Amino acid sequence: MTGYPPDPASLGLRESHTFDRATIAGIQRAAMTGVYDIRGGGAKRRLPHFDDLLFLGASMSRYPLEGYRERCDTDVVLGDRNAKYPLRLAIPVTIAGMSFGALSAQAKEALGRGASEVGTSTTTGDGGMTPEERGQSKHLVYQYLPSRYGMNPTDLRKADAIEVVLGQGAKPGGGGMLLGQKISDRVAQMRTLPAGIDQRSACRHPDWTGPDDLAIKILELREITDWEKPIYVKIGASRTYYDVKLAVASGADVVVVDGMQGGTAATQDVFIEHVGIPTLAAIPQAVQALRELGLHRKVQLVVSGGIRTGADVAKAMALGADAVAIGTAALIALGDNDPRYADEYAALGSAAGFYDDFQDGRDPAGITTQDPELAVRLDPAEGGRRLANYLRVLTMEAQTIARACGKSHVRNLEPEDLVALTIESAAMARVPLAGTTWIPGQGGLL
Amino acid sequence: MRYEQEAGARGRGSEAEIPSDRATVEAPQPFRIGESDPAGTPAGAAGAGASTAGTASTVTFDLGATTVRALNSELHAPSATSYEVLRPQGAHAIAAGVHAPLTIDIRGHAGYYCAGMNDGATITVHGNVGTGVAENMMSGLVRVRGDASQSVGATGHGGLLVIEGSASMRCGISMKGIDIVVGGDIGPMSAFMAQAGRLVVCGDAGDGLGDSIYEARIYVRGAVGGLGADCVEKEQRPEHLAELAELLTAAGIEPVGEYAPGRFRRYGSARRLYHFAAHNSTAY
Repeated sequence: MTGYPPDPASLGLRESHTFDRATIAGIQRAAMTGVYDIRGGGAKRRLPHFDDLLFLGASMSRYPLEGYRERCDTDVVLGDRNAKYPLRLAIPVTIAGMSFGALSAQAKEALGRGASEVGTSTTTGDGGMTPEERGQSKHLVYQYLPSRYGMNPTDLRKADAIEVVLGQGAKPGGGGMLLGQKISDRVAQMRTLPAGIDQRSACRHPDWTGPDDLAIKILELREITDWEKPIYVKIGASRTYYDVKLAVASGADVVVVDGMQGGTAATQDVFIEHVGIPTLAAIPQAVQALRELGLHRKVQLVVSGGIRTGADVAKAMALGADAVAIGTAALIALGDNDPRYADEYAALGSAAGFYDDFQDGRDPAGITTQDPELAVRLDPAEGGRRLANYLRVLTMEAQTIARACGKSHVRNLEPEDLVALTIESAAMARVPLAGTTWIPGQGGLL
Repeated sequence: MRYEQEAGARGRGSEAEIPSDRATVEAPQPFRIGESDPAGTPAGAAGAGASTAGTASTVTFDLGATTVRALNSELHAPSATSYEVLRPQGAHAIAAGVHAPLTIDIRGHAGYYCAGMNDGATITVHGNVGTGVAENMMSGLVRVRGDASQSVGATGHGGLLVIEGSASMRCGISMKGIDIVVGGDIGPMSAFMAQAGRLVVCGDAGDGLGDSIYEARIYVRGAVGGLGADCVEKEQRPEHLAELAELLTAAGIEPVGEYAPGRFRRYGSARRLYHFAAHNSTAY
C-alpha cells in the first residue's frame, strides 16, 4: 500500500452521508471560484436502472430459440408514417446526437464510420453537419435545435432524417453551452460566433412556442424536404407521458426519449443531477402514451440515457422501445476514459474512469476537444472499427437474451419477459417484483 | 407609418368569392419601390390550380384550387423563373425551401414560415404574414408589403428581408447574418441572441431589445422600450451611417429627411456576457 494514504474508515473515522467527500469538495470549489460546476456526462447518482430488471427466460411455459442456429432478427424501420424514405437500419442501436464542437471532427467521423459499418444511424448535434460526418455516415440524422447553429437548408436536404430537439435527458429545459476553450476558428465559423467566447445555446426554439406551432414547423420541414425524410422529435425525460402525446400530435414520425443518465458535453452539475427522471421511469410513460393513441410501433420510440450492454438494449425494447441510442458508451468505445492516459488524466486532476471535463477541451483521448494535437490521437478509421465491434456485441447480447425468451426478433421482447429486483424499479418499469405478482402503483393514472 | 388596407379587405366573406385576393395592402409612406410596383395585377387566376396564363414566363398557382404541396414541389424543381401565387388564404409554408433565383409574388396573406429558408429567390408577399417569415433565410430578397407576426427572419444567415409594415415580437431572433429592414415598429424581445447581420427599424422597438446579443448591429429610428441584457447604445460612426444608408436604399427607402441615417440610433453588444463569470450571475 506504499504511496496510498490509509483508509480513513480503518482509523475509526466515519464519513457523513450528507456531507460526503464529493459534497465537501463541491462546497469548497464553489467558495473558491464563485461559479457553478460545469461538466460533461450524465447523472452520476445511483438511480433505478436496467440493472434492476431481470429477464425470466423460457422454460416449460415458453420455448427458447437455439442460441447459435435459430434466427433472431434485429432490423428496424424508423419513420415510415409520413416519409417517402424512412430509415431502414440493420440493428436497433443508433448513435445519439453529439455536436462537432463538443467532439472533434475525427470523433464525429469515427462515429459515422462505426455506425455505417453495422448499418445503423448517427446523428449531428448543435453546430451543424461536417463533411467528414456526412461522408462517412450511411444514415445521418440532422438535429434541428433551438440555436440553429450551422443549420442550413442544403444540409437539411442532405440528411436522411431530421430530429427536432426539444431537450435532452441531462438537462430538460436547458440550452447548451460550449466554453471558449472549444470554440476554435472552424467551430466559430460554423456557428457564426466570435472565436473563443463562452457560447450559450438557446433553450427555446426561436420560431415556435408550443405543440400547435410545432405542428406547423414540422409541416414546413416536410415541405422544404418534399416529404422525403422522417421527422423525429427528441425530448428530455420529465413529463414524458404528456410530452410524447404532444410530440405525436405535432406530427412526429419518431419520438426520442432521453433519460437523465444521458450525457452532455457541458452542463451545470446541479442541472444534470437534479432535473429530469431516469430512463427506466420514462419508457413506460412513453409507451402508454403511444398505446393510447393507437400508434405504438407506428410512431417509433427511440430510448437513450444509460444504455451500456446488450441487456440494456433488450430491456429497453422489452419495455416497448423500437430502438435505442447511445452516446456516452459510444465515446467510451472510441477510447474515452482509457486507462492508458492515466498520467494525463491525473495531470488534469482527474482519473481514468472519472474524467468528465468534456467542457474543458483538454481530453487526453482526443475525443471531446478541438485541440488539433489532441484530436489527432484518435484515428477515425480505428475508432470506427472499435465502435462497430462494440455495436456488434450489443446486438449479439440482445439477440442472446431474445432467443432465451423465445423471440425471433428482438422487438418481440415484451414486459412479460421482465421482473424487477427492487420495489422502485418495479413501480417505474411497471413489471412485477421478482417472485411476486406485485407491480407497485398499478391502477394509478400514470 | 401604418399601411392602409384597401376597403373591403377586412371582414370579407368566402375567399372563393374573391378570385385574386389582390392588392390587400399599399406600400407605406417611406417605400418608394411600391409606387412602381403593380401590387395587384395578377396573371390569369380563374379556376385552374396552376397555369401559365398572363405573361408567357410567369406560372400562376391558385391556392384556392391547388395545394401548397403542389406549389412547393414546383418551386423546388422549377420549370419557370417567375411565379405568382393567388388566394394564399393564410396557408403555411408557402414558398418554403426555394433554392433557385426565382421571382415569386404572393397576392394576399400568408401563414407561418412563408419563404422559410429561402436561398436565392426574390419573394414578395402582397399582404401580411404569420410567424417566422423567411426564417433561416440564406440569400435572396423577401419583401412583405404588410405586417408580420413573430420571429421575423429568425436565425437567418443572409439575404435581405423587408417588412414594410410592422413586425411583432422576436423580430430577428438569433439572426446569423441576415439584414432586416422594418418600415414600422417591432415588438419585444427582438434580436434576442442576434449573432450577426443588421436589423433596421424605422419605427419603435419594444422591451428587451437585443437581449444577449452577439455581433449583430441594430439601428432604430424611434423609441426603444428597453434594452435587454448586454445590449447597449453605441456610437454612430461614419461607416455605420454609410451601411445604414445602403440598407435603407436596398429596402426601397430614400435615406434622406425623416429617414436620414442620422435620425437612427445604433445598438449592439457590450460583450460583457461573452465569458462566464461570477459577477454576471444575475444575468444568467
